[in-house]
Amino acid sequence: MITADETILTSARENRPTMLSVHNLQMRFGGLSAVDGINFHVKEKEIFAIIGPNGAGKTTVFNCISGFYKPSKGEIVYGGNDIAGQPSHKLARKGIVRTFQNVRLFRNMTVVENLLVAQHAQLNTNLLSGLFNTSRYRVSEQAALSRATFWLNKVRLRDVANREAGNLSYGQQRRLEIARCMITHPKLLLLDEPAAGLNPQETVALDVLIRDLRETCGVTILLIEHDMRLVMEISDCILVMEYGQPIAEGTPEEVKNNPRVIQAYLGAADE
Amino acid sequence: MRGETGMHVVVKDAVIAALVTALLTIPLIGLRLNVESTGLVLRTEMFWPLTAILVVFFGRLILPFIRRPTLPVKIPTEKIIPKIAEYRKVWLGALLVFAVTLPFTPPGGSMLTGLTMAMIYMLLALGLNIVVGYAGLLDLGHAAFYAIGAYTYALLNQYYGLSFWQALPLAGIAAGFFGIVLGFPVLRLRGDYLAIVTLGFGEIVRLLLNNWDSLTGGPDGITNISKPTLFGWEITRRARGEGETLWQFLGVDFVNTYQLIALYFIGLLLVVVAVIVIDRLSKMPVGRAWEALREDEIACRSLGLSPTMIKLTAFSLGSMFAGFAGAFYAAYLGSVTPDSFAFIESAIILSIVVLGGMGSQRGVLLAALTLTLLPEFARDFAEYRMLIFGLVMVLMMIWRPQGLWPASRRRVELPTS
Ligand SMILES: Nc1ncnc2c1ncn2[C@@H]1O[C@H](COP(=O)(O)OP(=O)(O)OP(=O)(O)O)[C@@H](O)[C@H]1O
Ligand SMILES: [Mg+2]
Repeated sequence: MITADETILTSARENRPTMLSVHNLQMRFGGLSAVDGINFHVKEKEIFAIIGPNGAGKTTVFNCISGFYKPSKGEIVYGGNDIAGQPSHKLARKGIVRTFQNVRLFRNMTVVENLLVAQHAQLNTNLLSGLFNTSRYRVSEQAALSRATFWLNKVRLRDVANREAGNLSYGQQRRLEIARCMITHPKLLLLDEPAAGLNPQETVALDVLIRDLRETCGVTILLIEHDMRLVMEISDCILVMEYGQPIAEGTPEEVKNNPRVIQAYLGAADE
Repeated sequence: MRGETGMHVVVKDAVIAALVTALLTIPLIGLRLNVESTGLVLRTEMFWPLTAILVVFFGRLILPFIRRPTLPVKIPTEKIIPKIAEYRKVWLGALLVFAVTLPFTPPGGSMLTGLTMAMIYMLLALGLNIVVGYAGLLDLGHAAFYAIGAYTYALLNQYYGLSFWQALPLAGIAAGFFGIVLGFPVLRLRGDYLAIVTLGFGEIVRLLLNNWDSLTGGPDGITNISKPTLFGWEITRRARGEGETLWQFLGVDFVNTYQLIALYFIGLLLVVVAVIVIDRLSKMPVGRAWEALREDEIACRSLGLSPTMIKLTAFSLGSMFAGFAGAFYAAYLGSVTPDSFAFIESAIILSIVVLGGMGSQRGVLLAALTLTLLPEFARDFAEYRMLIFGLVMVLMMIWRPQGLWPASRRRVELPTS
């Protein structure tokens, strides 16, 4: 169950424990350097944003951290170990869980089934106890359903619990994807453009949800987002990327006033 | 309730099903090459094919209306294991009564060997359905695990005198074990590799059985394998050793048919148990994981599910059921030879799964029954039949990839408050 965690540490950023540090990350695809020389540190329980024009390499950084790509060079330190190149499902079990830029739900399964699948690692998966329907098995399945109910209420999807996930509206699908991550008890949650495709009210609700996740579940959040209002409002620290390289890092205030950032954003035609 | 389009779909569905039936039945039972004084004569016998086509056509036409009001299956409480709705119990009960009384009716009695063979194919196809239907893995070497099961029992019986029921679990375990050994390295690779490797494995197993004369008896195989017992009684004419036969106990004179009936019941028992076990597996976490994996492997990985392990459970469990089928086959026939496990067997089992509907147990049972009872289907596979069969498969893939009788997925639901 989710325990109400301590409130967010208020001391200076440097003094707080580090959750994830990325050193000199490089990812090449053939001749193309999608990510090159990226360094950053994510502190515990903070909301860290990565922004940048399209094709800057933000998603590629996520793919490296979550184990979907093996970086060409560099270190990704999490929990005291270099995790670069470890398989994604192992990292997920260590607490690094992500959403996808184009939502990936189990579309033909119901909303609640999506949440049950996500709990696989926590359940009693012993085949024999399932086949004989032992009491331990029943308890495990009941607990899974009540956790699912808890999260459905939290992301306001209780009413559509029995619908197929593919039939939900876009905003609902995004919320389900976040709930599906959270039900695995992550330590580090990676959100790839969670506000994309949402209407203004939904974006505000997302803002509230993300803060709530950090406060009540104590999860650290790494975020890619194009919606500047949202980013500036909730981030503790922002990394700006362009053409695979870092061009600025700092608090929202610092980043907003950085001339290189302003230039990158004004220069990028599609922003 | 049903609009124009609904009716349209139902009719189209029925026409396609009837066409498939026609393609299957006309060449297989409608046309016959007879040797007569004038030489080879092609005889056409259209009564049975036409009957079958009409039954399928009208059956498919009315089926949606019969089952319409009973869907969807709602699970009343927050219980994860859905209660089988009452109407399903009635249906299943009726079906079971039919299956139990069938051997004592005249048509059933004359088809006993065919029906028992159908049970074996049902077991095989139910196992392959886990691999192909639930987990979405293409396995072209299912017959290898069938062979492993058959030879496990044959050898254990030959060398150590183990009885059928003692050897049955071991045959399943042996097949499942080989499934793990084969699957572990391959299942981490891309899906297509599994198809190639299982295809090769099937041939290797057959060749090994064929050439390892000292152990397996080579091409002649192993003969004189004990028949299974039924509740501890032997079902043969004379008991081996001390025991009493079932027939002595019942005080009836032995007739060959009795033994066939007893074998039919053992086959039926195995199939019923397999259906129940697999149905349950499909609703357990592992079953949900199979389905999720088939839908989106990347999403599964991002949530901490290990694709290799999940595929491995499907692959080894599916192989295990093939092992059970193999042991029963060896006991049923009393002998095994390597050529009973050629590639064509794997192809037939896969066809049954595709034809019945991937992931649909009832579809698989129906397809196994149909394809085995079509005369000479498995035995005398003349070239043109193979051709027609391939054609049916292609047409199915184009028009009805969900199979003849797809399963309506029973879902886990939360009660609406
Ligand atoms: N698997 C891959 N193979 C080849 N090139 C890739 C691959 N993945 C990403 N790239 C390239 O790397 C660059 C960075 O892509 P990435 O998706 O990381 O950008 P992004 O910052 O997430 O952009 P967006 O805001 O549009 O999502 C792009 O030029 C992209 O084409
Ligand atoms: Mg991206």
